[in-house]
Amino acid sequence: MRRIILLTAFVFIPSTVLALSVAEIVKKANAAAYYRGRDGRARVNMVITDSQGRRRTRNFTILRRDSEPAEDFTGDQKFYVYFNRPADVRKTVFMVWKHVNADDDRWLYLPALDLVKRIAASDVRTSFVGSHFYYEDVSGRNPAADKHTLLEETKNYYVLKSVPKDPGSVEFSYYKTWIHKKTFIPVKTEYYDKSGKLYRKYQALKVETIDGYPTVVQAEMQDLAAGGKTTLSYMQVKYNLNLPESIFSERYLRNPPIKYLR
Amino acid sequence: MKHIFTFILSVLLLAAAALKAEEPDLPAGLEEQSEPDLPAGLDSSAGSAESGITAGTLEPAAVEFSFSGFLEGRYGRRLHSDPLQKDESIGEGRAQFELDTEWEQLSSTVVTDFVYDPVLDDYTQDFESGSGVLDLREANFLYRAGDYADIKLGRQILTWGTGDLVFINDLFPKDWNSFFIGRDEEYLKAPSDAVKFSLFNSLLNLDIVYTAAFDADRYIDGRRVSFFDPSVNGMIAFKQGLPVDRRASWFSEDELALRLYRQFGSYEAALYYYNGYWKSPAGSQNGLATFPALSVYGGSLRGPLSGGILSLEGGYYDSRDDIAGRDPLVRNSEYRFLIGYEHELFRNFTAAFQFYHEGMRHFKRYRDSFPAGSGLRPQDRSLITVRLTYLLFNQNLRLSLFNFYSPQEKDGYLRLNSNYKVSDNWRVEAGANIFYGQDRSSFFGQFKDAANVYIALRWSFEH
Repeated sequence: MRRIILLTAFVFIPSTVLALSVAEIVKKANAAAYYRGRDGRARVNMVITDSQGRRRTRNFTILRRDSEPAEDFTGDQKFYVYFNRPADVRKTVFMVWKHVNADDDRWLYLPALDLVKRIAASDVRTSFVGSHFYYEDVSGRNPAADKHTLLEETKNYYVLKSVPKDPGSVEFSYYKTWIHKKTFIPVKTEYYDKSGKLYRKYQALKVETIDGYPTVVQAEMQDLAAGGKTTLSYMQVKYNLNLPESIFSERYLRNPPIKYLR
Repeated sequence: MKHIFTFILSVLLLAAAALKAEEPDLPAGLEEQSEPDLPAGLDSSAGSAESGITAGTLEPAAVEFSFSGFLEGRYGRRLHSDPLQKDESIGEGRAQFELDTEWEQLSSTVVTDFVYDPVLDDYTQDFESGSGVLDLREANFLYRAGDYADIKLGRQILTWGTGDLVFINDLFPKDWNSFFIGRDEEYLKAPSDAVKFSLFNSLLNLDIVYTAAFDADRYIDGRRVSFFDPSVNGMIAFKQGLPVDRRASWFSEDELALRLYRQFGSYEAALYYYNGYWKSPAGSQNGLATFPALSVYGGSLRGPLSGGILSLEGGYYDSRDDIAGRDPLVRNSEYRFLIGYEHELFRNFTAAFQFYHEGMRHFKRYRDSFPAGSGLRPQDRSLITVRLTYLLFNQNLRLSLFNFYSPQEKDGYLRLNSNYKVSDNWRVEAGANIFYGQDRSSFFGQFKDAANVYIALRWSFEH
């Protein structure tokens, strides 16, 4: 009996210690990937290659503002995405008010109709503008939606396994993330389906330090099941521009804030 | 005790080995050249990683131009023949050019379409109705007057309200011909020649749109689509268009539209006011169709509900040329409201539903004064609309269905469209506009012979 108690104690104590540090890793990785500075701007070139090798491109400018300026803040954010190319989506604007603990609010502005459309936010794991990235990949998945465990610690990475708390709401059974130890940048994410097969893979291809923040400037999402991939290249990245909150409103959907977009 | 430690250690090691994942290569900028070195871009001594290409600047250029547009061919045929019209419902070549110019606080947009249209075969230039070789869609200046105001002056497309292809408080001009014959949905909106003042503050925002000379809808005038005339109890068409008493006096036959709006959390609320005229003919005098005076008071609310979007909108149409509601030749006042709900049913498949109702204010007075014969408008008319949108093949193929159905008149209008983006520049499209109903005098039933199928090819460019 005494042996059993000792054994239990031994197994539980370190795992509790570990869980705390896993939470810290997850929080820092979330901050590193989506919350650098109090706001940010980037011009993004997206190249979508389908399973037959056909390429389509999108070029857009993305503005982001955190609802609180604190460095370690990982709460609600607002995003403004202005499309420059191709011609058929030019001047279209997509706006998101990301809520960590509720459904996001989304708007779409169609310039030819001067139409401000509200979009239902039900499935965040839907393709973002036809790419292999999901809405959630662009604005960040709520870390609290998954249970995270540390699989291993390599020379450069913390390797985490994340299992959804509500498996019915997502298409994966778990994903693994390689988080760079020094910068906490998620360098690779592998998504496994219900049969345990790897079917989707994210990889950061290039990192640069901009305004003091290590920043992923090139990334790729591959669909290993259907084939095809999307590459994102970030240009003209800038942090802490003091973006006014008013930019993320109907006014600027109709009349884009040009000085922050170019 | 020692063997317990060994046991646990081996279990943990085994578990770790079983779960051990292949380590990814460090991305460029994080890789380590040799074991203890910090990766390029993270080395504190090497601040040179800040790249001039990726790091941004915010110095505005003096003037910036952008040019874009498309070339398009569109062809469609009627499903039933109409003795009053051609068998081709649409057949046109169109070139749209857009020039945007940006200064610091001032920008301008010019969008113009050059149209070759042998089906209508009328090249009389008219910027109001959009007929002729040139259809000027936009030509305006936008001035950003600081934090609290925007002013947009000139020809512009204007839209507000929450309805989907159903309009209550949006009294900006619509082009119903384009809509029925299968042009791109953007052509449902006809331009306004107006000035729009937009005032913003944290409590309330206000839009004021003043149109100095009344801009009517591009209504069904019998040139492309025949319609039912109760006075002859049959279908009619006009080569030159329905004879109307056109209101075009500057500053006396003008329009004012106001919108007061703000957000409450995720919900958008708005109040509307309009003072002008019925946008499509709604009366007759001396053998001419007229645009009687109209005021509209309304409100709307839109926001999320159970993972979908809920829309509510209502308005009172005060037909000011027939306040008592006894004039059978002027449209009666009406109450209108709609409730809509949109939800993504499964990934890339969205369904939307609307219930719309219009009720006549003084139906008894109208009925009592109405001369014997056909053409009495019903007291109530409702519409149930369903929109289904399915995106396939990386969202390059869009299948869409929109259906209007009126339970009182038992008639409806089905719009089908499939649109495939072959590449960034090329797009092919096919669709149909089907009008149905037993009664020729009903709203959609009268357009039965205008039912059509169409195809289109578009090449877009931007510079």
